[in-house]
Amino acid sequence: MRRAVKLGLAGGAAMVLVAAIGMVAAFQARMLIDPILPLGTFFLYLVAFIFGWMASKPPVTLEGFEPARAGIRNVLAGAMAGALGGLCVGLLLIVMTTWDLRGVFIALSPELAEILSFGLPVAAAIPVIALVAGAAGALGGAVHLLSPRLRRAVLSALAWVLVFSLFTDIFGQAFTALRLEFLVDFIYTGRGGALTIVGAIVVFAVFFVLYWWMSGRTNTLRQRVQSMPRGQRSRWQIGAAVIILVVLYFVPKIMGPFVSQILVTAGIYLLMALGLNIVVGYAGLLDLGYVAFFAVGAYTTAILTSPQSPAFSPELSVVASIPFVMIAAAVAGILVATPVIRMRGDYLAIVTLGFGEIARILLNSEWLAPYFGGAQGITNIPDLQIGPLTFSTPQDYFYPVFLFVLFAAYVTYALQNSRWGRAWMAMREDESVAEAMGVNIVTAKLSAFVVGAILASFGGSLFASQIGSVFPHTFDIVVSITVLVIIIVGGMGSVPGVALGAIVLIVLPNLLREFSEYQFLFYGVLLIVMMLNRPEGFIPSKRRAQELHSEEMAQDAWLEIYGEKGQPEQVPEGAV
Amino acid sequence: MTEAATVDARPVRRAARITPVSIFLWALRIAALAIILYGSYLSISSGRLSAAQWRDLFVFGISTGSVYALIALGYTMVYGVLRFINFAHGEVFMVGAMMAFYVANALATTTLWTSSPVVSLLIVLVAAMATSTSVAVIVERIAYRPLRGAPRLIPLITSIGASFTIQYLVRGLVGPSTKAFPRMEQLRGTTEILGVVILKSQVVVIVAALVMMAGLYLFVERTRTGKSMRAVSEDPETAALMGIDVDRTIVKVFAIGGAMAGVAGALWGLVFPSLNFFSGFLPGIKAFTSAVLGGIGNIVGAMLGGVSLGIFESVGPSLVLAGYEIPAFSQLKDVVAYAALVLVLIFRPTGILGERLAQERT
Repeated sequence: MRRAVKLGLAGGAAMVLVAAIGMVAAFQARMLIDPILPLGTFFLYLVAFIFGWMASKPPVTLEGFEPARAGIRNVLAGAMAGALGGLCVGLLLIVMTTWDLRGVFIALSPELAEILSFGLPVAAAIPVIALVAGAAGALGGAVHLLSPRLRRAVLSALAWVLVFSLFTDIFGQAFTALRLEFLVDFIYTGRGGALTIVGAIVVFAVFFVLYWWMSGRTNTLRQRVQSMPRGQRSRWQIGAAVIILVVLYFVPKIMGPFVSQILVTAGIYLLMALGLNIVVGYAGLLDLGYVAFFAVGAYTTAILTSPQSPAFSPELSVVASIPFVMIAAAVAGILVATPVIRMRGDYLAIVTLGFGEIARILLNSEWLAPYFGGAQGITNIPDLQIGPLTFSTPQDYFYPVFLFVLFAAYVTYALQNSRWGRAWMAMREDESVAEAMGVNIVTAKLSAFVVGAILASFGGSLFASQIGSVFPHTFDIVVSITVLVIIIVGGMGSVPGVALGAIVLIVLPNLLREFSEYQFLFYGVLLIVMMLNRPEGFIPSKRRAQELHSEEMAQDAWLEIYGEKGQPEQVPEGAV
Repeated sequence: MTEAATVDARPVRRAARITPVSIFLWALRIAALAIILYGSYLSISSGRLSAAQWRDLFVFGISTGSVYALIALGYTMVYGVLRFINFAHGEVFMVGAMMAFYVANALATTTLWTSSPVVSLLIVLVAAMATSTSVAVIVERIAYRPLRGAPRLIPLITSIGASFTIQYLVRGLVGPSTKAFPRMEQLRGTTEILGVVILKSQVVVIVAALVMMAGLYLFVERTRTGKSMRAVSEDPETAALMGIDVDRTIVKVFAIGGAMAGVAGALWGLVFPSLNFFSGFLPGIKAFTSAVLGGIGNIVGAMLGGVSLGIFESVGPSLVLAGYEIPAFSQLKDVVAYAALVLVLIFRPTGILGERLAQERT
């Protein structure tokens, strides 16, 4: 009970904050399910749902003890937490309708009051808010009552309803391109419109049945693939890869320039993330100035190719600049890595942050403007040209970016079990021990930085030629942090995880204009939540997860550890 | 601390041999020194600035430096106890400064602002302290306490997340615009102390910072709570065995660090009267540099480090960069600060008053 009260108050504070920073009002314009559920209201009560779920989570029990049985208590605790949260919102409503606080808190507008109170007078609205929030919390608590299979199906289906209702544009476009207009008319109120109630129910039902049917079967499919003889398995895998490639080939054609542009941006971030994954995920060197290498790539291409670049006159093509980009990035990597060889952990993070900021300020400065163009940057960078092919539109750029991403993924996999990769991982786990075992720390650190720098510089080079200009303010610390969030959310050291992270974290806020305002707030919250609950990321690499949970493991029997370590090391980490 | 951390903390003795890396580092050292010395020689011999102007820069450096020192106390105390860089501390400072701005703005419309400036400054100070303290404690509760004993980089990453969260929460709450701190009539103009002409606001900042730091020093050295803090920073496990509630002590450390950051936030408004949601980042980094410069974990060191960094940063551009006749050298002011950060961390991670803690890190 005390926990429910505590979490209820915390949830209330969270709900009040969500309202007070203007999220609710900003999201209100987008309808999720027409006409009953706008996104703002949904988001507010989603907070109540989550805190209700947290409040009714059964406490951690020691191994061997029977966990407390889920029952009506969970629902009650959830409802109580939710209702308390709702009361806090009611309090906010009273305060903001009594006094005008807009001089300080700019988001507390009358429109917000209108949304919060559902259009009711304040006195009537408060019990309604508390009831709705209580119901949301109770639902959160009730999640614990479902059997795992049912829970997974329900939550996944709900998530799909959310996806369908958020990305109406994409689904509308895709369905239209595939000549399925009748589907659009059926579940949406029109192209780009919200889901209808019927549509929501249909989507929910379809995915619920799908997940219910699928659960229990996915594992056997994976096992079947794994139990195939080697030749057959590789044929299957090649087949799957071909299918994926064909689908990807059509993606930009179906999606049009807007989505393609977002995918290109995500691809460039993914390229950087794969590079940082090597530095942070494999070698354990937390680099907070990673954007500097991106800038090196972008500026090298810009200087070598643009007729407007101040310092270098014979202009190359973008492709011809790539070897120079690699050399410049490698030099930059060595320059950053050498001074920090004797450092580890947090000091290294801060020094690299310092390097990144110094790079940005120098690029921006009047002093070096004869070389880098100062705050005006460098414009007129030509398009990418390979032989007779010219890449100019976002749709065109999708392919080279994708190619580079594939290359980076290949490098990542290839390095994983190479001599270098093992040296990096040994260094990540314990530098002193690794050195004692004969790992050359100097070359290991230098190589990690150089490989990471080269991958990031490819991203920069593509970015420069796609955008056509470079400006110093693009290379801000937030880029480094964004890339860091991508690899942490996805899973450090795991390629599929990083890919998922890039897609979710870059594509989502760019597709939903309302979200982009709060993008970095989400990133911050996500960093905290991930570190607290799942430091290994959503699609973790096995080895990394082991390290992070080593203490929990140490409590378990020896057998556990022996069982894990006894397996051959060659199991590819990313193959989760 | 965990088993792994203690093993990690054992100093690694390296054989003193000449490797390419050490040659490179020595070359870097010599180059940095040569650049600084030659630049200073050039600019002093050019006689561009008069002695009085140098002195003004110096005093300005001391006053910004004392603000850095106040923020640095939070870094250094938290590092002393938990051994991680509380990246969000710059934001704790920014929140205090925001609160100070709004309180001062509200007071500036009343007669209290002009009639009794001391009282109104005190109100501003207390409000800023209270806000920063609560933010620091809440962040500790949510983001750091569940991570006791986790690998070191994890709380660092969480604190980056907390830093972003606070920044953008504040941005959402009060908007992205830059705020101008209200001026106080009584603090305009200059005063003369020991024959040196100083801006009045700078006097207030320096005096207030000195008072706070002296108070903190006495608190840590003389009171029971201070003693328990020192005990926890020395060895948390033994401290717990001796009957010290480690968690509560850590909360107190965060609270005091937050309070100091709040004071710094209020004083910041007197020196640099503009403020937005991103204002905490750079002072935070600089304060961290000060903490390292003074020897991390060391309270007196943080004060010394802050003041020296302030002076370095204010005199440095005119002294070194102007000597090379770099155009618009004031643009590179922050480069000086970052260069100081990088050089200190690379070459003197133990700080001026090198302490035990720092040796573990190298």
